[in-house]
Amino acid sequence: MNHKAGSDINPDNRVTLDTFVQGIWRDNPVFVMLLGMCPVLAVTNSVINAIAMGLSTSFVLLASSTLVSLMRNLIPRQVRIASYIIIIATFVTMVDYAIQAISLDLYNALGAFIQLIVVNCMILGRAEAYASRQPLAKSVVNAAGMGIGFTLALLCIGGVRELLGNGSLLGYPVLGANFEPWIIMLLPPGGFFVLGGWLLLFAWWRERRQPDSTRAEVVHEH
Amino acid sequence: MNTAKATADRVSPTRLVLVLGSIAMLSGLLVVTTVELTAERIAENKRHAIEKAVFQVIPGAQSRRDFSVIDKTVSIAAENNNAAATIYAGYDESGQLKGIAAEAVAVGYQDKIHVLYGYSPDCQCITGIRVLKMAETPGLGDKINTDPAFLENFRALDAQLNDSADALRNAIVTVKHGRKRNAWQIDAISGATISSNAVGHMLNNSAQTLLPVLMPQLDKLREPANEP
Repeated sequence: MNHKAGSDINPDNRVTLDTFVQGIWRDNPVFVMLLGMCPVLAVTNSVINAIAMGLSTSFVLLASSTLVSLMRNLIPRQVRIASYIIIIATFVTMVDYAIQAISLDLYNALGAFIQLIVVNCMILGRAEAYASRQPLAKSVVNAAGMGIGFTLALLCIGGVRELLGNGSLLGYPVLGANFEPWIIMLLPPGGFFVLGGWLLLFAWWRERRQPDSTRAEVVHEH
Repeated sequence: MNTAKATADRVSPTRLVLVLGSIAMLSGLLVVTTVELTAERIAENKRHAIEKAVFQVIPGAQSRRDFSVIDKTVSIAAENNNAAATIYAGYDESGQLKGIAAEAVAVGYQDKIHVLYGYSPDCQCITGIRVLKMAETPGLGDKINTDPAFLENFRALDAQLNDSADALRNAIVTVKHGRKRNAWQIDAISGATISSNAVGHMLNNSAQTLLPVLMPQLDKLREPANEP
């Protein structure tokens, strides 16, 4: 890994499947890296909110990664964080107006969390750790993967919370009229419960699939 | 190595200013473009949202006009006015005044509850409410916008003025669930007493201040609209 950041002749700069899948599976921003927990817990009380939040964040991530990657050789190190924040805030403002134009109900449901995408650490983290060191194609593909991973994770949480808390999915009743909703799932504690449940599931899965060699090492250490 | 790196990294202040300046310019350009592109749609959405709420709380209304109450005088609202005391008059298809709608606010369980309520001068009663904005607990307090039994309170909630026309004859109050005896009482939702009480308070406060001012000037609302 002795390559200079930003040199396009390096074989490391090829876009591979892993560049894309990294954000969806191996380094999923929510279930593996635990980044951006504030919107993850706050706006996932229904599927539509989760989708809107996931898509908005993905758009901001994709657009800011593109711009940061394009300008990576122009931005001096000393002002890079300030530059990234301006770039991110610009796209967040654009999303904010776009959602108001699409649906005021959705805008009211998402509340302040649209503006708070500015401080989503996943986006700044991608800009600093990835887009500012990688060529355009790689940054865009990686950001797309991360965005999809974030959206899917929000959907996983939002789906469970809406199903148990309201007996519906996307507003359509699923569990029938006799189902007594678990109100707590729509309240903040429900977010923690469902997130914890998913994390448990993924941790268990990963442990099970771990190759024998690494497992042997772990045993050996004890 | 460290010194060499530091020298290589030294950038002239002019370049820093130039870079940040051009990023800010680009940012401004993008934001202004977005605002320009979406302004019309957003205004349309807001108008639509108000209209939907007004027509819901004034049964039979087909069109609306905005009036503002400034210093106890009712006048036709100016374009783009941001005055707090805006009231909406609703008319049926023949242009007859069906009722007025006004906004009332009170502190609920979590945050302020904003409600639009309709008032009919004919029956001197409140004809409907619709929550515009609230942060009440889902499944409990937010029932004030959905519970059919609770909303039934506001199909004809008595709000007559007293003989001297300076206050309501009977103050609007929220009573415990199942204790409603009179037309000016609101039957609370069991389990959502604070939210139900807030609705009673805000309607009483708003009606007590607005109606004594509005009722003597009701003819201003009845006048046909001057076609521009």
